[in-house]
Amino acid sequence: MHELAIAEGLVDTVTGRLPDARITCVRLEIGALSGVVADSVRFCFDLVTEGTNLEGASLEISQPPARCSCRVCGSEFEPDGPIALCPCGSAEITVLAGQDLLITSVQVA
Amino acid sequence: MCATCGCSGSAVVRLVVAGPADDQDPAGQPGHGHDHANHQGNPNHHDHADGHSHAGGHSHDHPNGATHQGDSGQLIGPAGTDRTVQLQQKVLAKNDAIAERNREWLADRGILAVNLMSSPGAGKTTLLERTARDLAGQIAISVIEGDQETALDARRILAAGSAVVQINTGAGCHLDAEMLAAGLRTLDPPGGSIVVIENVGNLVCPALFDLGEAARVVLASVTEGADKPLKYPHMFRQADLVLLNKTDLLPYVDFDPRGYAADLRKVTPDALLLQLSATTGDGIQAWYDWLRRRTPLRPE
Repeated sequence: MHELAIAEGLVDTVTGRLPDARITCVRLEIGALSGVVADSVRFCFDLVTEGTNLEGASLEISQPPARCSCRVCGSEFEPDGPIALCPCGSAEITVLAGQDLLITSVQVA
Repeated sequence: MCATCGCSGSAVVRLVVAGPADDQDPAGQPGHGHDHANHQGNPNHHDHADGHSHAGGHSHDHPNGATHQGDSGQLIGPAGTDRTVQLQQKVLAKNDAIAERNREWLADRGILAVNLMSSPGAGKTTLLERTARDLAGQIAISVIEGDQETALDARRILAAGSAVVQINTGAGCHLDAEMLAAGLRTLDPPGGSIVVIENVGNLVCPALFDLGEAARVVLASVTEGADKPLKYPHMFRQADLVLLNKTDLLPYVDFDPRGYAADLRKVTPDALLLQLSATTGDGIQAWYDWLRRRTPLRPE
């Protein structure tokens, strides 16, 4: 249940940056390889925002796909699951994108 | 944190310095209590059944009359008063910043910190007991023990001759950088030594939290089954070293070490895999060599 700590980190970050603003919406980017479950973050979000300046805010989550490059054939590809294998069969890959967990923006009343 | 619903209760993280006369069991400390009925009545729990959906599959009402415009996700207030503030900030930025401070603190003192992670029962404490005994007089090793409850592991480590601090996370499922910072302050390890952080036994959550360690070691055991790298790729992907423990039990379990190595390579092509038995000591020298190679020289 690390998504609770994620949701708490989200509230800490937003209240740290905008301590006096009433937040009506938080936009969160959860990369496909971030290891974070969006539904669990949603579940925790309402609990941890209670009594903060994010209380009642909506949560919009986008989940951009991962990007990997293959060290054998050099191609870039989008893995179709958490285990990134190149279509050429190689497991020698580098993850280029999709591990981020980012607050992109917030809406302030 | 509440084990039933995952909500955040009163602070329950406890730091215990185990001593020879330490017979107090922290499990006896007061926990936290609250009424779960309150959660079901939470007015913020909203309805997803109206068919309205966002890109992430999330749907809700905006009680202030706000609406979404086009595909941009921009929320426009009823009187156009809401404004968007761009943040582009990592959610775990606070943890990561503390982890970076830990890393600098450790580097300044010439201390190697290893984050040791595994499922419960893989043999982390047994490995550390043996390591502390075998390297006694060669390298100073101290341990920060993370468990939900009890100081049982800390007592075992202490008996093996290492300094140890026990962190009890309550219902928490992982250590974070702030807990490590508190543990390091209490432990005060000497320069040129090794600090092993024995994380909470869990193959999921600890993977996400940078503590400030120099290396991540995942301990697996042949009794767990060979499918763990494929089942828990996030954990194994972060590993610098994977130790496959309990190899003395290979004759008695259905475990294919070659298949395991091949699957591990699919998840993390760069991690080193070493096979050993912390009970018999078979293969353990390679683990000690790995530690020795990374231990900084004591600063002048």
